[in-house]
Amino acid sequence: MIGLLLITFVIGRVMPIDPVLAIVGDHASEETYLAARSRMGLDQPLYTQLGLYFGQVLRGDLGVSSFTQNPVSEDLLNYFPATFELATLATLLGVLFGVPMGVLAAVQRNRFVDHVVRLVSLLGYSMPTFWLGMIGLMILYAQLGWVGGPGRLDIFYHGLVPSVTGMILVDSLIAGDVQVFFNACSHIVLPASILGYFSTAYITRMTRAFMVEQLGQDYILAGRSRGISERQLIWKHALGNALVPLITVIALSYGSLLEGSVLTETIFAWPGLGLYLTNALLSADMNAVLGATMVIGAIFLFLNLLTDVLYSKIDPRVS
Amino acid sequence: MEIESTPHKHLTGMAMRARRYFERKFPVTRLNFLGILGIGTILFLLAAACIGPVLAPFDPYVQDLSVRLSPPGAVYYLGTDELGRDILSRLLYGARVTLLIVVLVVVISGPIGILLGCSSGYVGGWADVFLMRLTDAFLAFPRLVLALALAAALGPGLENAILAIALTSWPVYARVARAEALLVRDSDYVSMVKLQGASSWRIIFIHVLPMCLPSACVRITLDMAGIILTAAGLGFLGLGANPPSSEWGAMIASGHPYIFDQWWLVTMPGLAILAVSLGFNLVGDALRDMFDPRI
Repeated sequence: MIGLLLITFVIGRVMPIDPVLAIVGDHASEETYLAARSRMGLDQPLYTQLGLYFGQVLRGDLGVSSFTQNPVSEDLLNYFPATFELATLATLLGVLFGVPMGVLAAVQRNRFVDHVVRLVSLLGYSMPTFWLGMIGLMILYAQLGWVGGPGRLDIFYHGLVPSVTGMILVDSLIAGDVQVFFNACSHIVLPASILGYFSTAYITRMTRAFMVEQLGQDYILAGRSRGISERQLIWKHALGNALVPLITVIALSYGSLLEGSVLTETIFAWPGLGLYLTNALLSADMNAVLGATMVIGAIFLFLNLLTDVLYSKIDPRVS
Repeated sequence: MEIESTPHKHLTGMAMRARRYFERKFPVTRLNFLGILGIGTILFLLAAACIGPVLAPFDPYVQDLSVRLSPPGAVYYLGTDELGRDILSRLLYGARVTLLIVVLVVVISGPIGILLGCSSGYVGGWADVFLMRLTDAFLAFPRLVLALALAAALGPGLENAILAIALTSWPVYARVARAEALLVRDSDYVSMVKLQGASSWRIIFIHVLPMCLPSACVRITLDMAGIILTAAGLGFLGLGANPPSSEWGAMIASGHPYIFDQWWLVTMPGLAILAVSLGFNLVGDALRDMFDPRI
């Protein structure tokens, strides 16, 4: 976490834009400039600045965004639920499709099915997600009208449901508004499937690798010789053992969805962290960029920690 | 490294021996079909980058507003963009940019990562701890996000984009190389060279580094597709090559406003990115199969 802060600090200091000038403007007098500079602590030595920065972040103060004029931390709280909703749904899709496909590929190793699965998942790896999003919008939304367009809801439905959790799907259910719920579904389905495809690809590959390793173990042979059915061997014994490393993979793919969401959210005008980040980038709003980058990094770290905890819960050998 | 090729168990006797002979003589044939397909794609990219300007039917920078947004057809095979420039020609020139990005990123980050990784693995101690914490900090960020922040801080431009991607790439290579170096460090032959009085540098360069190379190279190949996608993402957000250049990501970005009516503006460069990154992934995957038959 300290390294995380250090990196964002360094990035913030190497940028060629003068943060003081950005606030006081080009025409400010020398005194105003110097006053603003010392107010921001920029006239202090670098290590004092670093200490100052650490202190601010620990108090939850990420500075004020020059783009929205709100504190960055407040903005991030507003934007986070949308990303959370999208990434969670995508990961669910990834697990739902990825695990069975990976198991199938491992069982049918080096046969036709395996090659098809390999090609499908490598395609997912190689896909520029922002491009797939555009193509999806072009065909499914503009041509066929099967799914909702960009944004989380049609304009007509905006503001009908009170915001409780910030996640539209949950909020509409709490309010009991079925129409809003279905409209939200039609909007989320495309971005979630695109991100879901990406995570399916990753989870499939890793499931296959773990399963191939497990299926080659002696205990499978022993089980087979004792007449345990093949189905039980695969789904219960082998998958059970493969589950432990799989948890890490799923957590990692969740984290990488945060990355994929940066571009996908831009395409779908999805008001999440990714869109916030790109908007901030385009308006050279460094406080917001660094804040968002740091929060995403922190979520990454938190996920890693979570998998360590889950490990010890699932696997009795890890204490 | 000799690998039993399990899928060909049914081949016996002469056929098996002939196959072995070929596989030893031409290692490329040990790659599976998809791997060869990948190599084909990469060769195609190389060809496009080398002789693209000869093949390109039009000048990729000359604007002709009278034919703007014309659909794919007999004159403009892949259509024209919003300024009347031929998309096929732009794609062919763009292949150079893509190749340049990949090569430069690998040339910058590969040696740094491998060298740092294997020396810290060999030396151990506080240097190793420090390096690992540093890579941890880098790996704590999703790659694109860190590259975005770096590119934004450095300012837009192709060089800065390349630098940003390279800065986010090396930690992974360092980790892979370090893992290999740790395995070799305590092996008998290294102890022997040490007893003979070889210096640390000599041991690292001549005896440890070569052992780290194969896995690090596979890792780098697997990463190339990621480099292309990250570069395209940066280009799409306007942080890559500057406007008149025909970088593929930037082409998608400039075609974005026309997506619903003129589909070819966005589709064509996207297909190019997809094909090339798939090619690199196929090769990397096949290479990994070759070196690590367990997976």
